[in-house]
Amino acid sequence: MPKLPAEDRHRASFEQRRIQRFWLLIGITALVAALFVPFSQIFLHVEYDYTLRTVALGGALLGVVSGVLGCFAVLRHQSLLGDALSHAALPGVALAFLLAGRDLGLLLIGAGLTSWLGVHFIRMVTNTTRIKQDAAMGIVLAAWFAAGIALLVYIQARPDASQAGLDTFIFGQAAAIVERDVQLIAVVGAASFITLGLFWKEFKLITFDAEFAGANGFRVNILSMILSTLIVVAIVLGLQLAGVILMVGMLIASGIAARQWTDKLGQMIILSAVFGAFSGSAGAIVSAVDADIPTGPLIVVVAFLLVVISLCFAPGRGLVWTLLRRHSDRRRFAAQTILHDLYHYAMDHGAPATPGETLGERASRPHLGSAVPEAFLVGVRGATARVGLRQLSARGQVQQRGDAWLLTPAGIEAATKDDHNHQLWAVYRQYSDELALPMVAEDRQQDIRNFLPGEAVEKLERQL
Amino acid sequence: MSGHNGHDPHEISTAALDIDDLTVAYNSKPAIWDIDLRVPEGVLMAIIGPNGAGKSTLIKAALKLIPRAAGTVQFCGQPYEQVRSLVGYVPQRGSVDWDFPTSVIDVVTMGLYAKLGWFRRPGRQERMLALHALEQVGMQDFAERQISQLSGGQQQRTFLARALVQDARIYLMDEPFAAVDAVTERAIITILHELRARGKTVVVVHHDLQTAKEYFDWVTLLNVEVVASGPLAETFTPKNLRQTYGGRVAYLYDDQSAPATGEE
Repeated sequence: MPKLPAEDRHRASFEQRRIQRFWLLIGITALVAALFVPFSQIFLHVEYDYTLRTVALGGALLGVVSGVLGCFAVLRHQSLLGDALSHAALPGVALAFLLAGRDLGLLLIGAGLTSWLGVHFIRMVTNTTRIKQDAAMGIVLAAWFAAGIALLVYIQARPDASQAGLDTFIFGQAAAIVERDVQLIAVVGAASFITLGLFWKEFKLITFDAEFAGANGFRVNILSMILSTLIVVAIVLGLQLAGVILMVGMLIASGIAARQWTDKLGQMIILSAVFGAFSGSAGAIVSAVDADIPTGPLIVVVAFLLVVISLCFAPGRGLVWTLLRRHSDRRRFAAQTILHDLYHYAMDHGAPATPGETLGERASRPHLGSAVPEAFLVGVRGATARVGLRQLSARGQVQQRGDAWLLTPAGIEAATKDDHNHQLWAVYRQYSDELALPMVAEDRQQDIRNFLPGEAVEKLERQL
Repeated sequence: MSGHNGHDPHEISTAALDIDDLTVAYNSKPAIWDIDLRVPEGVLMAIIGPNGAGKSTLIKAALKLIPRAAGTVQFCGQPYEQVRSLVGYVPQRGSVDWDFPTSVIDVVTMGLYAKLGWFRRPGRQERMLALHALEQVGMQDFAERQISQLSGGQQQRTFLARALVQDARIYLMDEPFAAVDAVTERAIITILHELRARGKTVVVVHHDLQTAKEYFDWVTLLNVEVVASGPLAETFTPKNLRQTYGGRVAYLYDDQSAPATGEE
């Protein structure tokens, strides 16, 4: 099959625009973040003291880690698994405290352990019984969390001062974050990114098609366990800041938002990291407006706002574009349909014509004179038809005379062109294989010249 | 010794696929029972049977995707672990989420991941191979297309290209003709015939009795147990089909020229 330069160029520019859009979006997010700092200083009277700087940095780093790893939870349809896992971390915190006393590292390891056990329990139940995954997750979420709450209440009743504030793991408490915690997030996050980089193609494969991966000899169980462990790590890191209940929001929100803007896995992950960093730091900064505003919930709210903005405005998928497109499509289709009807009405009922003659040709025959634009419709009814006629009349393609609508010469020309375009598409469907034309998705309402290179259209013309 | 078009494949010493006593059970009810099956090299074989006969289960168990209760499976005389690169697999296209953020050529390249080994990323050479495979299935113009924009037939061709790029010796395909239009079906069968002409062995889970005669040269009739297996002419008989499907189906294929005049 011959290479078609025009087609290639078309595709290359399309690809380029997509990459431009990707960087533009990152730039805008960075700009908003940069402007947000002075804005918060001037209007919200936020003071960038040591505590806030630490918390904001911690929130940003955590946003990056959970944003990146959360993408996989979203793509594996395991968003709810993230929720079950973070709830399952609570008994670990309590148990670690009872066994080893108050040491943050040990508390987090305990959290990670019960959470990890939770994943495996869910997997075991799903694989060996008839209970489906959603039910298994629901059970683990409730049971593990209940155990955690029971233990916490028991601990709090003890005459022991060191237990104070253990319950912040439920909702998270950003103020508790110190520089050492930020370092921990950075180091562990970097380690999990390295793992992700090493197993990139394997993770991508098992996320898209685990069965095929298994048939090709990849150890799907082990890979999927590594991936789940990384997600558990992200959850555990975020417990102090967001708490077990809200952690799922940090985990999946930026991934969902990022998915709306791109169709490439790599870009989705980078965008998700950027969104995560933004919501993590912005949430921390806004919560500094008043000491009583909790940080974790605000981070999740900001992340959710990003999701809403993405769902509304992302090109292609966004609701706003969808609605606008639907509106303009409706008008375009209405106009095209009416034009088509008028044209064929005229062909059938207008001035007598030689067989096979188009209206355009007839119009050019001088002896017929003004008799030509006979095309008229009387008694147009229906909203669609009115919308279409309004469009056509604005373009000067129809005229109203009394109750009837007439095609103008411009209308005849447009209709002839449209008809011709339809015929070319019909020929394309019939002969594209024989003529070795590039494969394109048919859309007869569009000009075929926008889809095929000039030489291909010429070939089609010759078939007419 | 590569079999050409399956002329008297009984002579060939090692079968492409050799299954012994294979049993798979779900909740102590056997999905397939004591399967013994020899597929000679170079044939294009259909596995045919009613719904729930265990056709997909047979393929998946052969590839160790689901646990076996008993039995051994050998590809070209070797256990699967040692000859993975000789076996290409085409799963049912409904088994994945087509809204995954990736492009057609990316999916095809996945067929090469196993060959690449750990930690290595696909590069220019892999891209060329993938493009070539796409050309074979007539999808070269769709290389950069997002997979969410594909039609069912195009999805199936993408999966086929992903298996072709592996350049395997034996292909196992799970219902490649399910819900595709006539043109796609024609394109796929052309590819399968090309594979056979190149001496490959192709095993296809197939539903349609009407086309089976025309497409395949070897057939296995399956309903939990193997009813019959062998060259199409000897195996695809009314008696065997009756044993596979029960009586009501027998007249369907029996004599295409004679319209069904009731069962007798």
